[in-house]
Amino acid sequence: MSDVIAFTVNGRDASVEADPMARLSDVLRLQLGLTGVKVGCEAGDCGACTVLIDDEQVCACMVPAAQVEGRRVETVEGLADDPAMRKLQDSFHRHGAAQCGICTPGMLMASAELLRAEPKPDEQQVKDALGGVLCRCTGYRKIIDAVMDAGNPPPAEEPAAGEAVGSAMAKVDGEPKVTGAEIYAADAAPEGSLWLRAVRSPHPRARFSIGDDGPLRARFPGLVRLITAADVPGHNGFGIYPHIKDQPALADGIARFRGEAVAALVGDEATIRAIRDEDLTIEWTILPPVLGVDGGLANNAPAVQDDKPDNILARGNLVKGDLDKALADAAHVAEARMETGFVEHAYIEPEAGWARRVGDRIEIFATTQAPYMDLEETANILGLERDRVRIIPSACGGGFGSKLDQSVQPLLAVAAWVIGRPVRCTYSRPESMASTTKRHPARMRARAACDADGRLTAYDFTGDFDTGAYASWGPTVADRVPIHCPGPYHVPNLRARTRAVLTNMAPSGAFRGFGVPQCALVHEALMDRLAASTGIDQLEFRHINALRKGDEISTGYALEASAGQAECLEALRERWAEWRTAADTYNEGANSALRRGVGIGSVWYGCGNTSISNPSTMHVGIAADGTVTLYTGAVDIGEGANTVMVQIAADALGIAASQFHYIMGDTDLTADAGKTSGSRQTYVSGRAAQLAGEDLRARILRLTNAVADAAIEVAGGRIAVRDGTGAHEIDLGALEADARGNVLTGEGWFDPPTTPLDENGQGKPYGTFGFGAQIARVEVDTDLGTVKVLGVAAAHDVGRAINTQQLEGQIHGGVAQGLGYALMEEYVPGRTDNLHDYLIPTIGDLPPIEVILVEDPEPTGPFGAKGIGEHSLIPTAPAILGAIEHAAGIRIEQLPATPHRVRAAIKARDHG
Amino acid sequence: MGSYLRPRTIEEAVAQLAAGPRILLAGGTDYYPARVGRPLDDDILDITAIPDLTGITDVGDHWRIGALTRWSDLGRADLPPAFDGLKAAARQVGGAQVQNAGTICGNVCNASPAADGMPNLLVLDASVELSAAGSVRTLPVGEFVTGNRATERRADELVTALLIPKVPDGARGSFLKLGTRQYLVISIAMVAVLLVPAADGSVAEARVAVGACSPVAQRLPALEAALRGCVLDAGLADIPDPSHMAPLNPIDDVRATAAYRLDAALTLLRRALREQGGGAA
Repeated sequence: MSDVIAFTVNGRDASVEADPMARLSDVLRLQLGLTGVKVGCEAGDCGACTVLIDDEQVCACMVPAAQVEGRRVETVEGLADDPAMRKLQDSFHRHGAAQCGICTPGMLMASAELLRAEPKPDEQQVKDALGGVLCRCTGYRKIIDAVMDAGNPPPAEEPAAGEAVGSAMAKVDGEPKVTGAEIYAADAAPEGSLWLRAVRSPHPRARFSIGDDGPLRARFPGLVRLITAADVPGHNGFGIYPHIKDQPALADGIARFRGEAVAALVGDEATIRAIRDEDLTIEWTILPPVLGVDGGLANNAPAVQDDKPDNILARGNLVKGDLDKALADAAHVAEARMETGFVEHAYIEPEAGWARRVGDRIEIFATTQAPYMDLEETANILGLERDRVRIIPSACGGGFGSKLDQSVQPLLAVAAWVIGRPVRCTYSRPESMASTTKRHPARMRARAACDADGRLTAYDFTGDFDTGAYASWGPTVADRVPIHCPGPYHVPNLRARTRAVLTNMAPSGAFRGFGVPQCALVHEALMDRLAASTGIDQLEFRHINALRKGDEISTGYALEASAGQAECLEALRERWAEWRTAADTYNEGANSALRRGVGIGSVWYGCGNTSISNPSTMHVGIAADGTVTLYTGAVDIGEGANTVMVQIAADALGIAASQFHYIMGDTDLTADAGKTSGSRQTYVSGRAAQLAGEDLRARILRLTNAVADAAIEVAGGRIAVRDGTGAHEIDLGALEADARGNVLTGEGWFDPPTTPLDENGQGKPYGTFGFGAQIARVEVDTDLGTVKVLGVAAAHDVGRAINTQQLEGQIHGGVAQGLGYALMEEYVPGRTDNLHDYLIPTIGDLPPIEVILVEDPEPTGPFGAKGIGEHSLIPTAPAILGAIEHAAGIRIEQLPATPHRVRAAIKARDHG
Repeated sequence: MGSYLRPRTIEEAVAQLAAGPRILLAGGTDYYPARVGRPLDDDILDITAIPDLTGITDVGDHWRIGALTRWSDLGRADLPPAFDGLKAAARQVGGAQVQNAGTICGNVCNASPAADGMPNLLVLDASVELSAAGSVRTLPVGEFVTGNRATERRADELVTALLIPKVPDGARGSFLKLGTRQYLVISIAMVAVLLVPAADGSVAEARVAVGACSPVAQRLPALEAALRGCVLDAGLADIPDPSHMAPLNPIDDVRATAAYRLDAALTLLRRALREQGGGAA
């Protein structure tokens, strides 16, 4: 059934033939091409689809198309027609208020409603107006700034040649994020694409057989094919590790977690939307599931995977010094335990993409953090040579680790390959939440010891991690955690043991920190306890023990450079004392249930993969017309890699960043720059970009016999080089062009210097570590158990700040995710598969965040830089838990610290 | 495939309902979220084109809130202080997008245990007006909503308005809602309080309701009786005690434990009463 619906959109008359109950978001996107309207949940929980109808903000996903008959609809695409709103867009761009940008259209439309009524809003008005739009990247603070500054946006920063590094230049890919022009994975597909929807197991563990699909096809003629495991042409398995390809593209007779894909429906859009799972004939034999670490380790537990009878996927081990003696000799020993649950990445862009067969090749356009890994997995699954696969990353609407793993890619690849027509797919929010990776739940305990002067002498850690049904990044958690478990402190005697346990839960994978955010909760609890035992201030206790240049770390190698932990703590000293005193004063005078507290957390985190090669290759080319292009395989997932790589390459080459074009991630055009994970892109790919810029510069100087500090200008098909000896020129048109159309190309390659770890976990696991510390001040309502974070100060040693705006953005966003982790986030399969039961922080939850950048340069990093992505999240939750203890005298031992848990702990405190 | 009707009058609507059951649709803020990833193939009666269902009107001895009154309409409406709690709820439901689409009547009809409108409507002694072909009846909201997602609405009936009797001058309502974050929160517990002052500075009438702590929000008659006649000052906060919570029957779920809900509801009640009595909440 469809009706003709007439309305105006962005000032123009529109008339569509649509199902009257179709979601307005679908009509705007699919029929009118207004893909600036983003879809994040289809349930009014995220606000990404916010549009204005008759000047009021609403979620287009909950408006029946028929209701806009005769009304005025405005989307982000029409904003720039209003000069005041164009200024709002500029303000977002220049403040760095858009990171991945997927929430930006919704934020802008909510802001537009506000600003038309109140051109100079205060912060509370901004929060009230934007409270219905979720952002997972920014921590909201820059969004608030952008809206409050919308009448008078800051000028654009355009650094001159050689001055890009260290500037706050706005994102090179920022403009399309504020106009709605950016193309994310669900925003485009080849003409005539079929639609795909996965059918998923409703059971955590079950055998199944899929019946004849004849009746289904007879009932739904638009169903082109029901794809099952039998259709997979190559190896039906993928996985992060080259030797563990244990997760099937489509389950083959046994489903190992609720939400695992067992079949894929492919057909025209209307048909795919109309078929319910119940319409298929699937015979399920429900098997008892293995739930939780205890379930996996139980004596008679069924094996989740046949070749792992004890359900242990991986063990981690690290031994250094003589732990037992050190514990026996210690002046003070403290113990701590901690339990955490699944955490969902909750990026606002659900997984999506399309695939098509082009001759004997397959092309996949999808949201991803790892195009070359997608390429390898697709080649395996289709049984093709690698050069027959092309991966084209879309703009990525948030990743945080989960988009390292395969999601839509194997399904699309198989379908497009066997059907021979282009196929597209967009996950629904519940599907995204049920089927993709999570942060590992952890159960940890540890002991730490120090001498009478407060110097750490021993650390003993054990941790079990629920790795879910498939390996994903489980082994990484088992090796990263032992290295990082004592925190950024010098500890001579150490033992760490970890296990990754298979269960019938969604696979646990990479999530901003790979197990380190879990174990940091324990080491920071122990630092607080030992500080109390010794009577030393908590910050000073950490300062005494901070890892410094020359100190031997847990893996037995001595830090050679760039170890700014002590400086980060020093940078927070004044604020720490001020906040602690203010909290104590407040509490002394308190005549209500409110108590305030201040806590501290520290972080260290190795940049790059652990003890294995993870190189990046970058190219910078100049075409005959003088166009300068960076070919970067480092996928920008919103954190700013595109901008940072351009800044680095531009300064290395010696021309202005504004002259650079870039091509990102297309595996036919860019070299492998590894995965956007492990806080490695600025450090590893950035170094490669620097080397590529320098290589091109060296070629230009050689061609002109110019000296090293010559000035280079590229303009109009010529390169002019000036040095003390005079001016030289290269006529680019006279040079021969390569396949990419470049006449001159520079290449850079960098692999961080690491060594393998021995059986005791000793060696050099990373090329460098980032360091940092954060303090948080909170207010605990002791009668209700609610916790409000009032402020955070964060000091991070980034080696060298490449882009101060992007760094602040990363730190704000890390704090926001750390706050959610501490106070509200817990994924429960089957119960919180949406964004109203799974809570992430809103614009009302984030306090002001003070950022202090410490620069202790890393000699192997680009211009001294190292990573920040993960470091920014790790100390936040420990700082908040410490602050709760300061405020209320309770130590929370299970995350999240929801009101009922905090209140229960307070009652237990009061009743002894 | 479902069919879609969008009548222009109440008469037309009830005639269409008489012909067979349909899902009633207004703001869509409950309908669509319940169908993510599923076909939209229900038989629908969209009531948003019926002008007679709009508006908040003073009808002598009571207020009439039309079925299409949205949260944002309520939040902006010029109403006496007895409605302050309801207006506070209107500003805390979902985000601004939901407030601009969702209706207070829809909130009642959806019959969620965590419906933010319910405790406020209970203390306002609101009734639901149900229209069918050739008949109109009214039911108090507490009788209309019979359980989790269950109401007394017959398939041929349309809720056309909420009716709220006038409250004596000086009466004031208030509302406190508890969740784990700011904005976009489904309540863990919530309380609505409406106090009518007497000339001598005591409480002439107290109405108290708690939501999200039972399948349907509940009035607390024992507490109301205990409050009656007390001096209307911050000391009211000392009146509630756990025995007053007897009508409540909360559950354990992902948001909180049952024990916590009772404990928190009691705290919220004390705070609401303290604030009504002139103290700090």
